[in-house]
Amino acid sequence: MRITEHPILDFERGPEITIYFEGRALRAYEGETIAAALHAAGIKVLSYSHRLGRPRGFFCAVGNCASCLVEVDGEANVRACITPVRDGMRISRQRGKGDLRVGT
Amino acid sequence: MLRKTGVPTDDLLRQVTPSEERLRRGPVAIFECFERIPCDPCQHACPTGAVQPFEDLNDLPRVDHQLCTGCGRCIQACPGLAVFVVQEDLDECSALVGLPYEYCPLPAPGDVVTLLDRQGRAVGQGRIKKVVRPGNRGETPVVWVIVPRGLAMTVRHIRPEGENRGADQPTGGHHLPV
Amino acid sequence: MTSVLEPEVAVVGAGPAGMAAALAAAEGGADVLLIDREHRLGGQLVKQTHKFFGSSDQEAGIRGIHIAERLGERIRQHAAIRIWLGTTVIAYYPDGVLLAEKAGHGLVKAKPRCLVVATGAAERHLAFAGNDLPGVYGAGAVQTLMNVHGVLPGQRALMVGAGNIGLIVSYQLLQAGVQVVEVIEAAEEIGGYAVHAAKIRRAGVPIRTRHSVLKVEGDSCVEQAVVARLDEGWKPIPGTERVLQVDLVCLAVGLTPLTEILWQAGCRMVWVPELGGHVPVRSETLETTVPGVWVAGDAAGVEEASTAMIEGELAGLAAAHRLRPLKEFDERCRQLRQALAELRAGPLAAKVRRGLARLEGGTC
Repeated sequence: MRITEHPILDFERGPEITIYFEGRALRAYEGETIAAALHAAGIKVLSYSHRLGRPRGFFCAVGNCASCLVEVDGEANVRACITPVRDGMRISRQRGKGDLRVGT
Repeated sequence: MLRKTGVPTDDLLRQVTPSEERLRRGPVAIFECFERIPCDPCQHACPTGAVQPFEDLNDLPRVDHQLCTGCGRCIQACPGLAVFVVQEDLDECSALVGLPYEYCPLPAPGDVVTLLDRQGRAVGQGRIKKVVRPGNRGETPVVWVIVPRGLAMTVRHIRPEGENRGADQPTGGHHLPV
Repeated sequence: MTSVLEPEVAVVGAGPAGMAAALAAAEGGADVLLIDREHRLGGQLVKQTHKFFGSSDQEAGIRGIHIAERLGERIRQHAAIRIWLGTTVIAYYPDGVLLAEKAGHGLVKAKPRCLVVATGAAERHLAFAGNDLPGVYGAGAVQTLMNVHGVLPGQRALMVGAGNIGLIVSYQLLQAGVQVVEVIEAAEEIGGYAVHAAKIRRAGVPIRTRHSVLKVEGDSCVEQAVVARLDEGWKPIPGTERVLQVDLVCLAVGLTPLTEILWQAGCRMVWVPELGGHVPVRSETLETTVPGVWVAGDAAGVEEASTAMIEGELAGLAAAHRLRPLKEFDERCRQLRQALAELRAGPLAAKVRRGLARLEGGTC
C-alpha cells in the first residue's frame, strides 16, 4: 500500500516501471528500493531461512543486517533494502545460501 | 509522573498557567514545556518579547503573560509541539484553543471535530474557527478550535469527525492500495 | 588493475556528521572524497520529518529532511568534494588503503592522507519468539519505508521502546495513517523527551512502561503480539499477558555504533554502554589513537543529529588543519566544543555525559 497524502512529505516518485517477483509482474517506481516496491505490493516475505525454512523479511532497511537477501537477475545475496529497482528486473526469493556467480 | 506517562500533572500545569485575571483578559500562550532540553526557537519567534531571552539553551521558557498577545507564533515555532493558546472568554458559552496540528487531512473552518484531552480521551465536540496553513511543509499548521466554555485548559488535540478507526484511535494520512 | 584515488581527506559516511566533516575539511582547504553506501547523501536525516531542537543558530525548528537537503546542496556545489555513492567501504588496510565496493564498478580503492569515520550506528534487535517474522522491523526501517518511499509499513503497529526514536517514529506512523496500538517500554520511565510522549498520548496512543513483548505470532507475517508487564527484576509477571492484534512490531531498542573501520585501523576501542557499545578513544578534536584517523557522529557514541553535525565539523576542521595549519583553528574548536557542551548540559543528556566521562581522555 502506498501513502498518497502526507502532512509533511510530497512523494516524488520516478517513472513507473515493471519488475517481476517470482514471475509475477508488479508496478514499481524507478528510484525506489526492491524492498519498498515489494512491500508496496503487499509482499513482505523475501526469503526463507536456511535450516528451518522460516519466512524472512527485511529488518534494518539500511544494508546492515542481511535479513533481506534476494536473488536478482540470477545474482544471489542482493540486499533488497538498498538496491534500486530497474525496469524489467527479475527478483526471486532466495532459498538457502544462494550460489555466488563466479567470474564477475 | 511525567516521565512515566508522558502526560503533564496538574501541579506542572499550574506552574505554566497564567493568573485568572490574565486568562479572562484574552488569548494567552500556555507553554507545556517542563523538561530542560537544549531548545530556544520559541524565544526567537515571539514578536512581543513575552518569552524572555534564554541564559542557558537548556532553560525552560520564561513567559511574561502580560506581554503575550496570544498571536500563536510560538505554537508554530515549537519543535516539541508543546505550546497552545487559550482564550477562555470567546463568548458566554465558548472558549478558543489554538493548537499545532500536523496531520492529514487538515480541517477547514466550520468543520465539527471531536475534542481530545492530554490523554487522547474525547471530552466533547468543537468547531474549527480558523486554520493557519504554513507557507511551506517545513512549518507547522495551527488550528483554532471553538470549544465548550471551561474546556480551554483541557482540550489539546482534535479528531475530525468521521475519521474513526476504532475507539480513541488517532487520525493520520490517507492511503490507497497499489 | 584498480587505480587508487589519493584524496587529502576521505570521509566515510554521508549522514549529518559526514556531510559536516566533508564541508569543514573542504572549507579548510582540503580536497575531499565523501563516500556512502546509499545512493544519496543524508544518512538517517532523510527520514527525519520532525523539527529539530537545539539553538536557533544550529538548525533548531528545521526538519531533518530539509537539513539534509541544504547540506547535500552545499556539498554537491563544492568543487573540492568528490562524492562516491552506492559505495560500501569494506576494509581499511595497514598501508592506509580503503577498499570499497562501488555499485556498477566493482572494487575501488582510495588512499587518503586523513580519514574521518562517520559511519553512524545500527539498530539493535531484541530476543523473543517470532522475532524473525516479516513485519518485525527496526524503527529506522519503518521510517525509511514511510518517509523515503511513501510505502505504508503496516496498518496496526506495536512500538517497542519509548526512547526518542520510539516516540518520534510512533508520531510519524500516525502521520502516515498507521494506527499505533500501543508503545511499550521495559524500563520504569519513558526514555525520550516528555514533549514527544505528550504528542502521541494526546492522539490516544497508550504508553506502558515496565512492559515488554513476549512473543510475536503469525503464519508468514506478524499477526499478533503478546505483551506483559515486568517486575522489578525485569521478568514478565504471569497473568499480565495481553494479546495485541498488530501487523507491525517496530523495535526502537537502541543503537550500536558501526565501528568496523576503526577496529581495522587499530584504534583503541573501549566498551561504553552509555554510548551504545564499543567506541574509540579520542582527543578533544576527535582524533582516535591512530594518527590521521578521526571519528564523528553516532560512530563515536550514539547521540543526536545535532551533536553529530558539530562533531563532524570539528573532525573535518581538525583534518584540514593537520594538512595546512588554519589560523582560526583554535577559536573555531573552542566554539564547537562549547556548542557540544551546551547540547549535552541538560538532565536528559546525563547518560551521554557519563559515557564520555568513562572514556579515557574523553571529550567535553
